[in-house]
Amino acid sequence: MTRIEVRKPGLSTTVQDGGRSGYYHLGIPPSGALDQYSLTCANALVGNPDGAAALEIVYMGPELVFTGPATLAVAGATIAPKVNGSAVPVWESFDVAEGDVLAFDYLKAGARAYLAVSGGIDVPEKLGSRATYALGALGGLDGRPLAEGDVLPVGSGTGRAGLVVPEDLRPSLAKDVEVRVVMGLYDHRLTDRGRATFLDTTWTLTPVADRIGFRYTGGELETVDREPPFGAGQDPSNIVDSPYPIGSIQVPGGVEPIVLHRDAVSGGGYMMVATVISGDLDVVAQSAPRTRTRFVAVDLETALSLRAERKDRLARMHSALER
Amino acid sequence: MSARYSWGGDEFVFVELAEDMSLQANFKAVAITNLLRSERPDGILEICPANASYQVRYDPDVLDPHALMAQLTELETRVGDALGVTLDCRVVEIPVLYQDPWTTETLMRFRDRHQDPEATDIEYAARINGYAGVDEFIAAHSGSPWFTSMVGFVAGLPFKYQMVPRDRQIVVPKYLRPRTDTPKQTVGYGGCFSCIYSVRGAGGYQMFGITPAPIYDPTQSKPDFTEHMVFMRPGDMVKFRGIDRDEYDQLHAAAEAGEYRITARPVAFDLQPFLDDPDGYNKRLLEVLA
Repeated sequence: MTRIEVRKPGLSTTVQDGGRSGYYHLGIPPSGALDQYSLTCANALVGNPDGAAALEIVYMGPELVFTGPATLAVAGATIAPKVNGSAVPVWESFDVAEGDVLAFDYLKAGARAYLAVSGGIDVPEKLGSRATYALGALGGLDGRPLAEGDVLPVGSGTGRAGLVVPEDLRPSLAKDVEVRVVMGLYDHRLTDRGRATFLDTTWTLTPVADRIGFRYTGGELETVDREPPFGAGQDPSNIVDSPYPIGSIQVPGGVEPIVLHRDAVSGGGYMMVATVISGDLDVVAQSAPRTRTRFVAVDLETALSLRAERKDRLARMHSALER
Repeated sequence: MSARYSWGGDEFVFVELAEDMSLQANFKAVAITNLLRSERPDGILEICPANASYQVRYDPDVLDPHALMAQLTELETRVGDALGVTLDCRVVEIPVLYQDPWTTETLMRFRDRHQDPEATDIEYAARINGYAGVDEFIAAHSGSPWFTSMVGFVAGLPFKYQMVPRDRQIVVPKYLRPRTDTPKQTVGYGGCFSCIYSVRGAGGYQMFGITPAPIYDPTQSKPDFTEHMVFMRPGDMVKFRGIDRDEYDQLHAAAEAGEYRITARPVAFDLQPFLDDPDGYNKRLLEVLA
């Protein structure tokens, strides 16, 4: 059976999959690939099911040695892979043989790349998923990012080299992005002006951007004056600690909105003013620090039709690979 | 007050049952989410009760959002004021070494983020709540049980609401800016909630002490965790018991060796009789630990 030896771990490489469901009420978030669209593409390229476990590579790639043959694919951020020093394409499946070394060039666009291997990364499932939740030391490889000397088991599967995701079905990885949100949750705690500021500001992603949350800077949101309710705390942005939807945008102190992502804290005491639609969490995931971001309000019906469009794109991607 | 409903993107419904915290609002959240769990329609992914609110995650490809919303409002009507609700709960004893060396060392490192850099967290909390000193404050913190109103923030972290009338509740602000470090199993406090940090990490609650009792075990190797990696459940009523350093060391060693078990007893909890006579009710409640 092929295994993957970790010669260099990269910045923060983790095993991620489609995520785990059903434990958020205990503070255990879904985890899984932040960019689920790219994960699905990488898996499709190597013949895996959509949510199979792959490696999520952030900003800086690892150096890996394969103990046997495997079919691989890299999708998501543009971080050119090299096999034994020679460049191989992204968004395209390729083969490696026993002893081959996979390394990565520097990051050119986006933030997170997904390395899928035919058969999937075969670490044990925890609570129904192989996804790493590092804060809770759960899943993945011993509940943590990869370290030098780790050995990853690979499941059995057969892939085919030379499959390509067509360019028009790849994400744009732009430096200026629009992220669609549904307003609500506690947005009534903002004044009309505060709400307008939220939607009219071009926000800049700060370096505080990880699997838990993405923090933006660029404006200050005016909040409604009030007598704080019992248990909420004194700051106007405080609420009685409540659950946080994945994708919800909290605004501590009315400044620096934070988009909560798939390793989010499950609840807390800051008002949330909107929620990123499920598909656009992929756009947030590919934002590197300094990405300029506009939050665009859509209603629920629009969010549902955008969801259907994304499903349709994935269906077209699958059928393009079957040809 | 009737509940406030909001969409959280295309996968979440968020429901605020009350703006302010009360045991009654929490009971509504627990009662509604319990009913939803028993009548669970297809397409529900997560049911998360919280302090005075709850949220549901669903798959809109399977479950129509508007149908779900209609079901939730119907459940709200059925639960009503929640005063007649009885919950199957546990009474749990958690030993605490107050003013321990580890949280004291940590809080000293973060004095620049604190309201009162000259005092420790517990000295500050005692003073602003009008207690004569730390000992009197500890007596109040460990004297009455705490109702677990929410589990979350991070894996297995319980929020606990003090089971005394509002005018006697301890209220403490959170740190001015959150810390980047909190020892595992710190007993913390923010707003009107006591918590136990299940893992080491960032935190904004005031730190009063530490418990030797593990409450989260992702390896599930310790005896309290054979069924689940999270010990605390909503509805657990926690009685803190102050311990000294010798007992802490002894219990900590037992926990490390996988020999420690948290004392927990099942009880039924009725809201109305508790609200009528909290002190008398608590006294009877805590007799199960004797």
